[in-house]
Amino acid sequence: MPTGQQEECLDIFLQQMINGLTLGSVYAVVALGYTMVYGIIQLINFAHGEVVMIGAMVAFSVINALVGAHTGLPPLAIVMTGVLVAIPVCMAVGYTLERVAYRPLRSAPRLAPLITAIGLSIVLQNLAMIIWSRNPMPFPQIITVTPYHVTGNTDGATITNVQIAIIVASVLMMGGLLGLVYRTKLGIAMRATSQNQQIAGLMGIDINTVISLTFVIGAGLGAVAGVMVGTYYGIAQYQMGFLLGLKAFSAAVLGGIGNLAGAMLGGLLLGVIEALGAGYVGDLTNLCQIASWSDAIATRCASDPNLTLFGSNYQDVFAFLVLIAVLIFRPSGLLGERVGDRA
Amino acid sequence: MHALLDLKQNPRTAWIGLALIGVALVVLPFALAAVGTAWVRITNLAILFVLLSLGLNIVVGFAGLLDLGYIAFYAVGAYTYALLASPHFNLHLPFWIVLPIGAAVACFFGALLGAPTLKLRGDYLAIVTLGFGEIVRIFMNNLSQPVNITNGPQGITLIDPFRIGSFSFAERETIAGLDFTGPVKYYYFLIVVLLAVIVINLRLQNSRIGRAWEAIREDEIAARAMGINTRNMKLLAFAMGASFGGVSGGIFAATQGFISPESFVLVESIMVLSMVVLGGMGNIWGVILGAVLLSFVPEVLRYTVAPAQQALFGRLLIEPEVIRMLLFGLALVLMMLFRPAGILPSALRKRELESRK
Repeated sequence: MPTGQQEECLDIFLQQMINGLTLGSVYAVVALGYTMVYGIIQLINFAHGEVVMIGAMVAFSVINALVGAHTGLPPLAIVMTGVLVAIPVCMAVGYTLERVAYRPLRSAPRLAPLITAIGLSIVLQNLAMIIWSRNPMPFPQIITVTPYHVTGNTDGATITNVQIAIIVASVLMMGGLLGLVYRTKLGIAMRATSQNQQIAGLMGIDINTVISLTFVIGAGLGAVAGVMVGTYYGIAQYQMGFLLGLKAFSAAVLGGIGNLAGAMLGGLLLGVIEALGAGYVGDLTNLCQIASWSDAIATRCASDPNLTLFGSNYQDVFAFLVLIAVLIFRPSGLLGERVGDRA
Repeated sequence: MHALLDLKQNPRTAWIGLALIGVALVVLPFALAAVGTAWVRITNLAILFVLLSLGLNIVVGFAGLLDLGYIAFYAVGAYTYALLASPHFNLHLPFWIVLPIGAAVACFFGALLGAPTLKLRGDYLAIVTLGFGEIVRIFMNNLSQPVNITNGPQGITLIDPFRIGSFSFAERETIAGLDFTGPVKYYYFLIVVLLAVIVINLRLQNSRIGRAWEAIREDEIAARAMGINTRNMKLLAFAMGASFGGVSGGIFAATQGFISPESFVLVESIMVLSMVVLGGMGNIWGVILGAVLLSFVPEVLRYTVAPAQQALFGRLLIEPEVIRMLLFGLALVLMMLFRPAGILPSALRKRELESRK
């Protein structure tokens, strides 16, 4: 392979890695919300994806209003205002979720809270559709996207300021959360509650408050993640929470659900797997290269050299394949230690 | 309802009741056709949903496994029928061959999905089935390249109707002075299938297998200690639910004549789940009631909410479709909070869901 081509390959690879890490940090932040709730009450918060969606939507409205009002604020301040409004709204939604869907059913069979959470997520989606709209809404592009070259190559891999901001913000939030859980009194209470609710209660911990706060913190993180996704893709839609939530859950399972570090690792890994998968699946399943023995394929390749079995439109499948593979081969995840075997 | 239809305790009223229901079911399509053929179609769709709900009830109600991607099996059945009986591949197999194939294919997918996940906790299963539903849809949308199998988002058209010899279910005929339109013929076919499915379900519930499912749902460890092979039993529930979905899907494809991935989105899975939960998980009559209620809700909304909004505000503020979904979501939440055993609770389920409060 000539050096020029080699460099190009490397550039493509680097670009996929950067995109993957950006997406992965968003997944990681959302996955933290799942894993925190799971860690403390051993239930999947099905409506967490919808919380992320609400965060994006609220931020969208605030940013749009501020841009429309011509306040003269710098773009960064406008986005930050959007985030700061979205966080309390999402926290309120998270709190309500816990009160309505989980608390009354804490001692009920597992199926019951799962079903209420699904019901609430449908309600939230449709409320969002009524309040905002059925159509995807373009996020106002107020921050000018500046790409920086990673390598010396002028048309090589780049990382944009938005990507840097997303990665840095995610790392900061993860650090903050770790500090909260392992360095504060609330963190001790949360860990105690996750180990044994009754005993924690006997030790003077207000279980209900701690569980509520767990939901609220997870929802706050979700709000920021929602804004990050919105600014990254430049679009917000009432359905965006569903797929994002599923992927983030897969990430949490990949890392070991209930484990904070696992959620972060799982999120980043999943982002990279998805980006590399979507980037390379087309080449890997290029029939012209892998099946040149067949005459029928050769004739079709003459007219269409990019005849592939699977293209990048299968991107969304990777997360589920990862999820199923993890569940078969290592149900406790990469960093997880315990896994229940009962429904 | 049980007391009235109990053949042993009260044979006379039971037979009269059954006869009345039978007559009502026979006369119904003509009464509906008098109002409009559209209503016969709506009724047919409602019966399809009853079939789907009964299939899902095996998984969720009997065995207590939450399946959120049930519509995928419906899709598999529908696509199997569409591919084997349409001009798309120029195959025109008769329905009595294709429907069992559809059931078998759906059953295979059910086992394929269940095998790795059923040994895990129930909520994992829920998420994996949710993902599976999406995967199936993504594949249906994209399997038009490089070999055109599903025809992508355009879907498959001109699907064959059911045909026995020269008797076609799609053609209008006059028999003995009565006007049999296509939908009316399908209605009778669906009723026959429905009765068969109800009988199968009732027999299943009271069988060794049904009791094993109930035991697994109540307490898996205890069930295993009693010698039940829990994994195989769960797999059986999953595969059986899936094959019911496959058969319904095949009938759906034939009655509609056209299918596309649009018909098999997550919302449909949630809808079927709402029907099962609303009526009463595990109770066959409850599930039927739930499915019938929720199938007609959208139609009722279409004829009431939309005109009411027009009259009140002068324009359509909230589409009936959105209100329907809101109602489904709320039904799930409220039922679980206040009447977890459903409108018509099954005796066992009721005991189970209420004792642990």
